[in-house]
Amino acid sequence: MAKKQTVHLKVNGVQREAEIEPRLLLVHFIREQLGLTGTHVGCDTSNCGACTVVLDGKTVKSCTVFAVQTDGGELLTVEGLMKDGKLHPLQEGFKQEHGLQCGFCTPGMLMSTYALLRKNAHPTEQDIRWGISGNLCRCTGYQNIVKAVQYAAGKLAEGGPQ
Amino acid sequence: MTIEKTTPEVGGMGHSLKRKEDSRFIQGKGNYVDDVHLPGMVYGQMVRSPYAHARLKSIDSEKARQLPGVLAVITGEDLAKANLAWMPTLFFDKQMVLATGKVLFQSQEVAFVVAEDQYTAADAAELVEVEYEELPVLVDPHKATAADAPILRDDRDEKSNHIFHWEVGDKGATETAFQSAPVKASVHAISQRCHPAPLETCGCVADFNKATEKLTVYLTSQAPHAHRTLFALVGGIPEQNIRVVSPDIGGGFGNKVPIYPGYVCAVVASLTLGRPVKWIETRSENLQSTGFARDYHMTAEIAADQNGKVKALRVKTLADHGAFNAAAQPTKFPAGLFSVCTGSYDFRSAFCEVDGVYTNKAPGGIAYRCSFRITEAAYLIERAMDVLANQLKMDPAELRRKNYIQPGQFPYKTALGWTYDSGNYEGALNKALEMVSYAQLRKEQEEKRKKGELMGIGISSFTEAVGAGPAHTFDIAGIKMFDSAEIRVHPTGKAICRMGTKSQGQGHETTYAQIVAQELGIPASDVVVEEGDTDTAPYGLGTYASRSTPTSGAATAMAARKIRDKAKKIAAHLLECSEADLEWQNGKFLVKGAPSKSKTIQEIAFAAYTNFPAGLEAGLEAVDYYDPPNLTFPFGTYICVVDIDKGTGEIRVRRFVAVDDCGNVINPMIVQGQIHGGLTEGFAIAFMQLIDYDESGNVQGGSFMDYLIPTAVETPHWETGSTCTPSPHHPFGAKGVGESPNVGSPAAFVNAVVDALSHLGVKHIDMPIAPWKVWTILKEKGVVN
Repeated sequence: MAKKQTVHLKVNGVQREAEIEPRLLLVHFIREQLGLTGTHVGCDTSNCGACTVVLDGKTVKSCTVFAVQTDGGELLTVEGLMKDGKLHPLQEGFKQEHGLQCGFCTPGMLMSTYALLRKNAHPTEQDIRWGISGNLCRCTGYQNIVKAVQYAAGKLAEGGPQ
Repeated sequence: MTIEKTTPEVGGMGHSLKRKEDSRFIQGKGNYVDDVHLPGMVYGQMVRSPYAHARLKSIDSEKARQLPGVLAVITGEDLAKANLAWMPTLFFDKQMVLATGKVLFQSQEVAFVVAEDQYTAADAAELVEVEYEELPVLVDPHKATAADAPILRDDRDEKSNHIFHWEVGDKGATETAFQSAPVKASVHAISQRCHPAPLETCGCVADFNKATEKLTVYLTSQAPHAHRTLFALVGGIPEQNIRVVSPDIGGGFGNKVPIYPGYVCAVVASLTLGRPVKWIETRSENLQSTGFARDYHMTAEIAADQNGKVKALRVKTLADHGAFNAAAQPTKFPAGLFSVCTGSYDFRSAFCEVDGVYTNKAPGGIAYRCSFRITEAAYLIERAMDVLANQLKMDPAELRRKNYIQPGQFPYKTALGWTYDSGNYEGALNKALEMVSYAQLRKEQEEKRKKGELMGIGISSFTEAVGAGPAHTFDIAGIKMFDSAEIRVHPTGKAICRMGTKSQGQGHETTYAQIVAQELGIPASDVVVEEGDTDTAPYGLGTYASRSTPTSGAATAMAARKIRDKAKKIAAHLLECSEADLEWQNGKFLVKGAPSKSKTIQEIAFAAYTNFPAGLEAGLEAVDYYDPPNLTFPFGTYICVVDIDKGTGEIRVRRFVAVDDCGNVINPMIVQGQIHGGLTEGFAIAFMQLIDYDESGNVQGGSFMDYLIPTAVETPHWETGSTCTPSPHHPFGAKGVGESPNVGSPAAFVNAVVDALSHLGVKHIDMPIAPWKVWTILKEKGVVN
């Protein structure tokens, strides 16, 4: 086992510090050490996107990032989407538009679409479809996920939380 | 059977209630098996064979054991001492838990390493040294029974790779019909090996408590009760000491029906170590070793007259089951419900035969989002009908219309023995044709052909057979296929329901609550639904084969009606009248002729604990074990429109219209969501998915790099519609639906592509239809250079 290293990072707005093996994957760090199990593992080839989180404002597949690479960074996971006890419009949208079934891909979808809406507040259907093309869903056929994102875009345009 | 609609506040049947389960999922607070974390938990990792067929010469686990943090390395020899090296499959065969003697497919389980953390377990697995001696490999099922084929299963008395021959129907009558028929059409179609690939892989946490001798297994299980019983029967653990908990399940689609070697190894390791053992397979392990689906090599022949009226159907199929016959289907049906292959049509005679063989491939096959081999059957008959239409130069819609079983013929007994409960096939066809503007599309196609452009329209009018039991016909490993519901109404009029089924995304926490709301008038928001814990839920066979609504859904209604019967006695007591004077309306009993005198279900519930009549037991609860009198037979017509790029062979699905009939609907939003999902899976099968093997038995398609799951970009926009033909025997007229889109759609996609190329003489293309296949055909036909 290689020597452990110390990382400091902000997770969902809270400063955290941890001693970790250099080879530890970010997804395992999030799930096992931070205990944030909303981020899932669905494949071993970086295809499925169930492990998507937002690191320094950009989406990453946390199965393809070493935890040590996040030192000094800022991480947002699905557990950090709620603000002041209120659901993010995307979370609301997924429920209102039936954008989930088994729920396993949902956290990754939420994080990808969260980043998408930050970049593009008024995405077209095609923008949304391309925006989630790194996230696989086996249940919904994506159509209602598109609607969920449109719902959220609408709410955000009305002046909801960012 | 019409359903009286409740208010939206009550949220009974027919309301598109938002799902109760969503709140936790959208907050990342689901509880999937990999989220289970127990004190002292350790991790298992499987060592797998790189060879498809090889003798095991030696396993040296010394180096692995010496790695700090490693707790155990279990091999097949170790398991053999406890008589657990092999386990029974769900279909009269046995399967190696860990290999002894030899391995029979690539990625077969060879040893199980347990360590303090998952990284150490993975390191240690690399250190297990296994020596193999390669043996000749059998990949092609058509060569399985050749004289020079290597015999794979030397553990069996029968020295043959042939597993079973199964036939049904009247062979003589079918032969006679073929001899006299002026028209014969045939197609050879492969329903290729594919994999359900739910986004969550399979796994478990086995927790044996040495002090209490209780084994708790958190398991990705579509059938937790059946799995508990199998653990008891095979492992010799008293059943009261086993608790199986199926937590949130990240999709199943049939993949989570069987018991896999990893589960058994985790249990053995926990029994040995007295610590909780977690085993979660990787995606590659999931695709390469757990239940595959299909791999049916089928020939269908139709005998018809010159007007296109079908007379007889003859089907011959070779089924590749891989190394072990691990089919997960009712024991009387070696080929599942494949004999529903006469489909929606009035065939007077039919004969169907299936032969199963072993090959050096992963064991199976399971029912991938279908009711035991019905996808294969629906695909075959819908392809064959198109071949016949093409041969007769008839419009495929008109050929279907001419041959449908008519509404007046139900209940309809098929030539292969099924009794369809209800149907109106032409109704669904007409609606789909109208939605897609069929006549206009045919005109457009004609014009495009003149210009050399490729456009196709594919129709599929499928019939599904879902909701097993009845118990007299259907069982899994001997356990009859009834299912159950238990409802307890609390003093304040709220309720909890527990079922023998298990949602994997189907929305049971919402839909079962809606059934209670419909039957008792208790708002769905006041009803909690729990499934998956065998210590608390009534016994049931689980969720697959679209059986939850037909069985546990029916049981829920029946249990609710028992509660209503008791509630009536309490109401009579409260209103000081006789039961005969009461009538039930909108969640209350009222006195006939004096409707101001009434008691709501909530008032009655309170009285059930505080003021019940003498001679009546306290409480308001009921349990029901429902044995359906028959399967239910949902159906529909799907129409697909494709445009094909002549230069690249790329296929674009321009439109897809799906008209489904699943009888009375509990929650239209959820049904539509399931249709979307199933169509997307059917789309993947038609165009993208194949688990293939090279001649050495190396699996191709063993990861998401090359086993393709459609993304949002490829996935077409789905247009849905419905007709409603209730099941006459179901308590509220419902049929199952979740699998219909996966069963009905592959043929629509393939028929559309073949239709686009039919003027070039193309009669069939096997799935998955990748652009290169189309491009190759276009090149052969001289359409591209």
